[in-house]
Amino acid sequence: MASVIQAVEEVKRPAAEAPQIEAPLIEASGLGVRRGTHWLVRGVDLTIRPGEIVTLIGPNGSGKSTTVKALLGILETSEGCLSRQPGLRIGYVPQKLSVDQTMPLTVRRLMTLTGRHDRAEIEAALNEVAIAHLAERPVQQLSGGEFQRALLARALIRRPQLLVLDEPVQGVDFAGEIALYELIHDIRERLGCGILMISHDLHIVMGQTDTVVCLNGHVCCSGTPQVVTASPEYRALFGSRAASALAIYRHDHDHVHLADGRVVAHDHEHDHSRGHKHGEDHDAG
Amino acid sequence: MLDDFFWRALIGGIGVALVAGPLGCFIVWRRMAYFGDTMAHSALLGVALALLLEVNVIFGVFTIATGGALALVMLQRQSILPTDALLGILSHSTLALGLVLVSFMAWLRIDLLSYLFGDLLAVSLFDIVLIYGGGLAVLGLLALIWRPLLAGTVSEELAAAEALNPERARLVFMILMAAVIAIAMKIVGILLITSLLIIPAATARRFARGPETMALMAAGLGALAVILGLFGSLEFDTPSGPSVVVAALLLFVVSLLSHVFTPGTGQAPEKSR
Repeated sequence: MASVIQAVEEVKRPAAEAPQIEAPLIEASGLGVRRGTHWLVRGVDLTIRPGEIVTLIGPNGSGKSTTVKALLGILETSEGCLSRQPGLRIGYVPQKLSVDQTMPLTVRRLMTLTGRHDRAEIEAALNEVAIAHLAERPVQQLSGGEFQRALLARALIRRPQLLVLDEPVQGVDFAGEIALYELIHDIRERLGCGILMISHDLHIVMGQTDTVVCLNGHVCCSGTPQVVTASPEYRALFGSRAASALAIYRHDHDHVHLADGRVVAHDHEHDHSRGHKHGEDHDAG
Repeated sequence: MLDDFFWRALIGGIGVALVAGPLGCFIVWRRMAYFGDTMAHSALLGVALALLLEVNVIFGVFTIATGGALALVMLQRQSILPTDALLGILSHSTLALGLVLVSFMAWLRIDLLSYLFGDLLAVSLFDIVLIYGGGLAVLGLLALIWRPLLAGTVSEELAAAEALNPERARLVFMILMAAVIAIAMKIVGILLITSLLIIPAATARRFARGPETMALMAAGLGALAVILGLFGSLEFDTPSGPSVVVAALLLFVVSLLSHVFTPGTGQAPEKSR
């Protein structure tokens, strides 16, 4: 047990070193988004600083994507305060993106979708995510993992101050998932950008995140992975076995253990119903 | 010798095609074919109202098509009905309204068919000036909104997150569509305008490797269709608008065939190895 805690301390260190004095990239307090009379999400307090990885977790329909869209200004907020650093450069990797078959679009052209970049910059961005060999490939012909990497490169080429990833590993196989998360972690180290991420992979989230925000229509709990995994709200939402997600990931990188992690993920699926109850309790109370 | 009216139609038609091609690409990419159709159909209402109020017909069409597009966007936001149903309602009711209005104006002897299917004889020098002046303005504006519009076509959210204002680009695009419909009406007619927007773009898709090349090729293919169609209409004494559309269709079919028979892209010849 002691060794696990020690490992956790080691992981935490880069976060502790991240300059906390720096002005936040985005700061939200009491943020809420309403559609009609229904609140999609309410009472979100959240701060993202340069070099910090903040991850949103929560069951389906808990308002994760809504929160991110509100923070980015894509959705209008109905209440609360939101301040973004003026001129904040954002790189966005959306959750679902399908390029229509009728649009001829190569990976190279995708890189300059929202801004002008020269050949060298494009090469560098593609190399960063290790898909330089796919530059001339139409995006419709990429595999799930390749496409996610291309989207990541597209976001990185902007040299973002804040990288926003909405479920970055969707449609990626399990081995690719680990590689992608490691890549994201690397990016933070190299660019020093803030990262706001939505994720389902509890075991990985807990290993590579500075702050976890657990959502279920509101912020259930937030803080360091240790704080969140220890909180009763988190356990109510994801089940007590999910609490060991932290230890499992940190203990070993082995594939066998990752398969164990899958079991945890399975539990988490199973416990969605419980998470739902939790939400209802809240509404009633 | 060819008559003056033919050259005017040819020059005017090519001008329309050069503008319609790039715009048509976005209609194809954004799956707005029926949207374009609806705007075009509303043009007849614009014609009728312009005649009634004695203002320029092209101006009337532009105004009504823009209004129709904005009305549709508002109705879509209310989400009362699915978009295809809304399009069906707007498309046919504006066409019917236009026909009814025109029939009321018994004092006017207007050739309805020329508005519905285009009229070679009707292209005046003023029309040509309008087509090239308006066309250049449309292409210029399209170039200005190209990046946000393209990014928004790939993903509205992505473009919005990276501060490109895709909503404004989409609005400008609709106005450009209304403008193209207004200036193209004389050449191909209300009922066939959408085909001049879509078919060259669909043909270009077979050959293009990037969105920009597709837009340029669509413009070129549209111009080629106009040339072939108008000469065909002269040769076989067929109506000009439909002849241009048939020519565009032929080019499209050729592109399909060439795709099948080109080594490396086709299926049949290579598989035996």
